[in-house]
Formats: sequence, C-alpha cells, structure tokens
Amino acid sequence: MTLHAEEWAALALSLKVSVWAVLLSLPLALAVAWLLARREFRGKALLSALVHLPLVLPPVVTGYLLLIVFGRNGAVGGFLADLGIVLAFRWTGAALAAAIMGFPLMVRAIRLAIEAVDPKLEQAAATLGAGRVAGFILVTLPLIAPGILAGAVLGFAKAMGEFGATITFVANIPGQTQTLPSAIYAFLQVPGGEASALRLVGLSLVVALGAVLVSEWLARKVAERIGRG
Amino acid sequence: MSSLQVQITHRFDALTLDLAFEAGLGVTALFGPSGSGKTSTINAIAGLFTPDSGRVSLKGKTLFDVASGVNLAPQERRIGYVFQDGRLFPHLTVEGNIRFGMRFADPAPGPEEMRQVVEMLGLQSLLERRPGTLSGGEKQRVALARALLSKPHLLLMDEPLAALDEPRKEEIFPYLERLRDEAGMPIIYVSHSLAEVARLADDLVVMQDGKVVCAGSAEDVLSDPAALPFVGVREAGAILPAQVVEHGADGLCRLAISGGELLLPGVTAKLGAWLRIRVLAQDIILSNQLPAGLSSRNILPVKVEAIHKGGGPGVAIGLRAGKDRLLARITARAAAEMDLKPGKDCFAILKATAVPRGSIGVSRGF
Repeated sequence: MTLHAEEWAALALSLKVSVWAVLLSLPLALAVAWLLARREFRGKALLSALVHLPLVLPPVVTGYLLLIVFGRNGAVGGFLADLGIVLAFRWTGAALAAAIMGFPLMVRAIRLAIEAVDPKLEQAAATLGAGRVAGFILVTLPLIAPGILAGAVLGFAKAMGEFGATITFVANIPGQTQTLPSAIYAFLQVPGGEASALRLVGLSLVVALGAVLVSEWLARKVAERIGRG
Repeated sequence: MSSLQVQITHRFDALTLDLAFEAGLGVTALFGPSGSGKTSTINAIAGLFTPDSGRVSLKGKTLFDVASGVNLAPQERRIGYVFQDGRLFPHLTVEGNIRFGMRFADPAPGPEEMRQVVEMLGLQSLLERRPGTLSGGEKQRVALARALLSKPHLLLMDEPLAALDEPRKEEIFPYLERLRDEAGMPIIYVSHSLAEVARLADDLVVMQDGKVVCAGSAEDVLSDPAALPFVGVREAGAILPAQVVEHGADGLCRLAISGGELLLPGVTAKLGAWLRIRVLAQDIILSNQLPAGLSSRNILPVKVEAIHKGGGPGVAIGLRAGKDRLLARITARAAAEMDLKPGKDCFAILKATAVPRGSIGVSRGF
C-alpha cells in the first residue's frame, strides 16, 4: 500500500497534533486530577463539570467556542496574536482542540489512579521526612504511573480521532490543518476519493490498534516495576 | 529526663481526648482498650492529626502549641512512626524502603549505620524483595528499619504486633527488646495487650476514654492494687526482675529474685541472664502459714502493703517480696477471714506453670 503525498501529510499532521496535544495537556491534567482526588475546596463541583464539559457538548459547539475565544478577534486569541501565536486555522489550533477534547479522559484516568493510592502512604512518607512535593514525586507519582500512561494513551487516541471541534476551529486546509479524520471526510466529498479514504481508514485502524497494544504493554511493564504485577 | 512532653485536648464525636503525660528514654507504653484514644494521641505527637488545643514538645523544642500558633508539619518533627499496617511503599524494594528516609535525615546515616540496622533487624537476605512478598513480621521489621534510618528523635509504634500471630510475635520480640536497650531515644509503644506491655515497657501510661487513668514505671503501675481495674482483672500482674541461677536436669530453671527463688519451666536464657517475670494476680494464692505438703515449689514470704477493694467480690492486694512487689487478687471474703491488712506478713504461692512463656522477657537488668 503506497500513500500519496496528501495522505502522508494528513498522517504526519495528525501525529504531530496528537503528540503535542498530549504533551502540553498532561501536566495540567495531572494537576487537576490531583485537586479533584485529594483536595476539598469551593467550586470543586464546578471545576469537575467544566473539565467534563467537552465530553457532553457537541464537538461543533466546542469548536465554535474555541473560535470565539481563541480566534484572532477573540479575547485570548487577540492577546496571543500580539505575542505572535496564532491558533485559528493553524495546526497549533488543531492541537488545542484535540487537547481540550481529550482532557476529560486524561483527568478521569489519572484521578482514578490517584484515588487508588492510599493517602496513608503519603503520611508515612511525611513521617520519614518527605515534604508534600517530595512525597508526591517519590511515592504518589510512581504508583500512579500506569494511570498517567493510560490517560496519555486515551488522550492520544482521542486526539487522533478528533474531528468536529477541529474542523470548526481550524477548518480543513490540506497540509496545514487537514488531520486524518478531516482528510477522510474530504476524500469522501469528492468523486473517486473512496480509494484514498479507504487507505486512510486502514491507516487509522493500524495507528489506533498500535496505540492500544503499546499502552497495554507499557502498563504491564510499569505494573511489574512497581510490584503489583 | 522526660524529653517528650504531651498535653492535648480534642473533642471527637464519640470521645473527648484530654490528657497529659511525659516520656523519657526507653519504652513508654500507651496502654488501654480499643477506642481509648491511643492512636489519636500518637498521631497528634507525629503531626498527622491536629488537636483542638494543647502542646507537644520534644527535647525542649516545641512541635505543637495552640497558644503560640506553632504546628510543625510531620516532616519537620523528626519523629519515626511504625504503623500497625506497616505502610511499606509497594513500588520500592526492601532496600528502597529502608533508604527512603535516609536522604532527608540530618545528619544522613552512612553505609555503616545502615548495615548495623539491617543486621540488627535481620534484613540482610530481604533487601532485594518487594513488600508484597514479605510476611507480616518481616514487613514490620522493614518498617522499623525504615523509621530508624530516618534518624528520628522519638519513635512511635502503633500496635506493631497486633496484626501478627503468636509465632510471628515471638519472632519479632527479641528485635524490639534489643531496640529498647540500644536505640537511645524515647519510644512510645501503643498496645492493648498487657503481655506485650509487661514484656517491653519501662514506663506505662494507662488510658481509658481519652484520659490517662494511671501512669508511672511499669513495675509501679503493674503492682499497684488501685490500677488493677484499669489494667483488667484477668490481665493484671506484677513484673519481677529475676536472674537465671541454674538450669535443672528436669527442665526447671531456678531463678533468683530479691525475695527468694522461683522454679520455672521453659526458660532458655543463659546462666546469669536477667529476665522479667510476669506473675498474674489471679495466679497467686495467699496463706497465713508457711504451707507444707503442697505441690507448688514457688512459695515466697511477703508483706501486705495495700488493699484495694473494687466493685465486685474481689480485692486487689499489693504485696512486697524482698525489694520487689507482687499483686494478688483474691476474694474479699478470704481477705476478711485471713485478717489481711497492711503490714501483715503472709506467704504467696504461685504455680510455676502459671507464668506464660510470652511473659518472660529479656531484661537489661534493674
């Protein structure tokens, strides 16, 4: 199976968008998951609802909201444009859309992992002299590594498949914002595009299956390392 | 001498904690029934729980004081804690666990110190293992090594043997006895088992319903007739220092105590070794005359020191045997018929087999 340049470009862009989406949102997802799992504060329910909103909103709504806020004339978009960062109709915008759509899945996976760690272990670390940060890095983080990994893989898979918010926010510009799903959609819109679409569908399957297999293998490795295997 | 000073009050839903005590070098046991506030008390000392009010100071340093707003975080208190459930880190090996606190200790213990602790607790062959593969007793020894190598100024132990069966307890006792004699720091040992307390404790703080009901040296409290109701009628009994004099061919061991001699089976300690013998109050029979023709070999001349009448049919009798004290529990009717009163001389008869094996502890001498 050989791919045309346009198809290669879509695959490469999707991978780039997804990797960046996961890398940039992972630290924030970890922080939010920790807040939701370990802290009690005013507005916790609201934060949780906001995080989960992309799961229940129609993606086109999320995309449109992104356009309003992060577009060139939007409140944040205008400010970022002054700094030279343009999101709307760029691959960076696709990464932002993918990150936001994948965020609830990542937070959820990591939060469950944190809740599974006995807080008494963190207490034990404190009696041994480890402050809150050291205790988190030396005890909690290694124990939730499988959860972080699972969250990252879910976020990556979601990013690879994101369509509605992406096409609304950054359109479908070949080589610039045309991700794998956008490309499949575009090929299906033109006569004679079925062959290309089918090749990309096959590619999507391979990437998705590979991601799941790799994540399961990594999770098993980590579980062995932390002695829970 | 008392390097730890504790005074705390706290209202829980079902319990009001209101207590004060002090502890010096050696083992101070916090003894009391479940729900009497023992664990909350040591959690407050460790900084894992903040009471409504009070003050905790260690070696002259204030760790917690509501009046002046001091409340150091657990990691700033330098207090080692051995939890009932061990709480080893599952993602680290035994070695990783016991090294955990070393990086935070000041001064950090060197390899030689680690080797000594590992050897003292018999962990040499376990270093590569994961906590999940250890027995309960092994886990507690690792937890102990981990706490010791964080170089604490005080060690807290919360029922470290409660989750273990008898053979495992026996396996760990020698380590605890050695620790008591070599640690050089105060140890607070929480327990609801009088057998453990009698074996290990130098001092005893008896708690009930969130309050301290009696406190003092283990010998004093355990031989005090007035403390018997708090200690428990079946469990009460004095501890006697005794030295091994002779191992008989018949398996009986002759022990010298200040008020005479005892013959006990099942003693394996070397000649000349000092032991703590626990004699249960309910296993002592009193007689006005030196009994003749009895099967018991253990008859001691004693003097009545105190009589404490409880609510039931029994009375607790405090006795002096030589330099040591004994505690006997007999019926009030017998005490009246024998005309027992402070100052009266009589004889105490104890059945040698009545001394449980677990009640014979190694002592550093008195």
